[in-house]
Amino acid sequence: MSNATIDTSQQKSNALFYWIGAISLAIPTWFYTYSQLIPFADFILSLTGYDRSSHTGEAIHFFFYDTPKIMLLLAGVVFFMGIVQTFFSPERTRSLLAGRRLGVGNSLAASLGIVTPFCSCSAVPLFIGFLSAGVPLGVTFSFLIAAPMVNEIALILLFGLFGWQVAVLYLGLGLTIAIVSGMIIGHLKMENDLQDWVHDIHIGKDLPVNNALMSWESRFNAGWNYVKEIIYKIWFYVVIGIAVGAIIHGFVPEDFMTSIMGKDAWWSVPAAVALGMPMYTSAAGVIPIVEVLIGKGAALGTTLAFMMSVIALSLPEILILRKVLKTKLIATFVSIVASGILLVGFIFNSIL
Amino acid sequence: MQTIKVLGTGCANCKNTLELIKTAAEAKDIKINLIKVEEMSEIVGYGVMSTPAVVINDKVVHSGGIPDRTIINDWLSDNF
Repeated sequence: MSNATIDTSQQKSNALFYWIGAISLAIPTWFYTYSQLIPFADFILSLTGYDRSSHTGEAIHFFFYDTPKIMLLLAGVVFFMGIVQTFFSPERTRSLLAGRRLGVGNSLAASLGIVTPFCSCSAVPLFIGFLSAGVPLGVTFSFLIAAPMVNEIALILLFGLFGWQVAVLYLGLGLTIAIVSGMIIGHLKMENDLQDWVHDIHIGKDLPVNNALMSWESRFNAGWNYVKEIIYKIWFYVVIGIAVGAIIHGFVPEDFMTSIMGKDAWWSVPAAVALGMPMYTSAAGVIPIVEVLIGKGAALGTTLAFMMSVIALSLPEILILRKVLKTKLIATFVSIVASGILLVGFIFNSIL
Repeated sequence: MQTIKVLGTGCANCKNTLELIKTAAEAKDIKINLIKVEEMSEIVGYGVMSTPAVVINDKVVHSGGIPDRTIINDWLSDNF
């Protein structure tokens, strides 16, 4: 057995060495590849015999420029975020939020929602874990609203496809909705509208924190695993999204959607939210639709409202939360978040 | 026979975790009593905040994400 132990520790230091080597090679390679995206798309286009003045040529160029660009952005940022997430376990986030006042606590909760790993299937244990450790209800809600809605994947996709302005807007508005909704729920003092069994749960304080002393090697591994997981999950949606974007880029008339989803159709915002709410997909899954909407003349506010309602409010999540929240609190939560999203849509459409 | 519980509400990661432990135990020829816990109040009762989580002999050894193969092997050799 002792031989085996020595071998393992030897392997571990080798692995860290290997990681540092690989990363220092990967960073310049990444930047070089990123700088070669346009020549690459030009080259692919030259093989087809079309040129950019034709619709088909433009569509091909768009596809072979955007697909590698988004994939590169995803790989780089997701790897980095995978490492960042190892510093923010739910347990750590919870202890940062315990006993925080409304306001400060809500802002902190919404921001931590971006960096704390979160899967909507863990929403209930997380919710109870937060409350039982003394995180106020309103602060917990800010976290629960921000975590799925404002995430690196949504931001990268928006940045890659529509530019940094749209990504920054989405980030700011998503955080604002999460903070304000949480504060309102906190002020309503609805602690009695939790399901009864939730009150009976008392969780011990000596909970295990897996990654308190995590090695850098495992952090790099976590980053890499996160890249594999995300790319595997969403590459298909990204490719479809860009393909759809490429096709409509040249072929569908520019103002196709303007009459039904343009700025002047005020009812398009509530319609977008009502349509988005029962839909359940990730940020990546909604991108093809968003691409079509924006490309074809739908107003930005309407489109962002649609995207937010798909990601932040979904029937499956509401059903899961039903296990811990009474109907009144669920209804309050949904209507506050939906109103926030509506407001975002209207404000955007009126100022842009 | 020792009991290993996998806590989770049925997402893909939970199923993968269960499979990984099963295969690892079979590879090592260790007989374990592998239980999948889906009842929310029991999951929460362990104080777990992210699933899948793994409980060995009533002690939480892991929570959040699929555990590494090497970690699973460590559990099996430490506890059995």
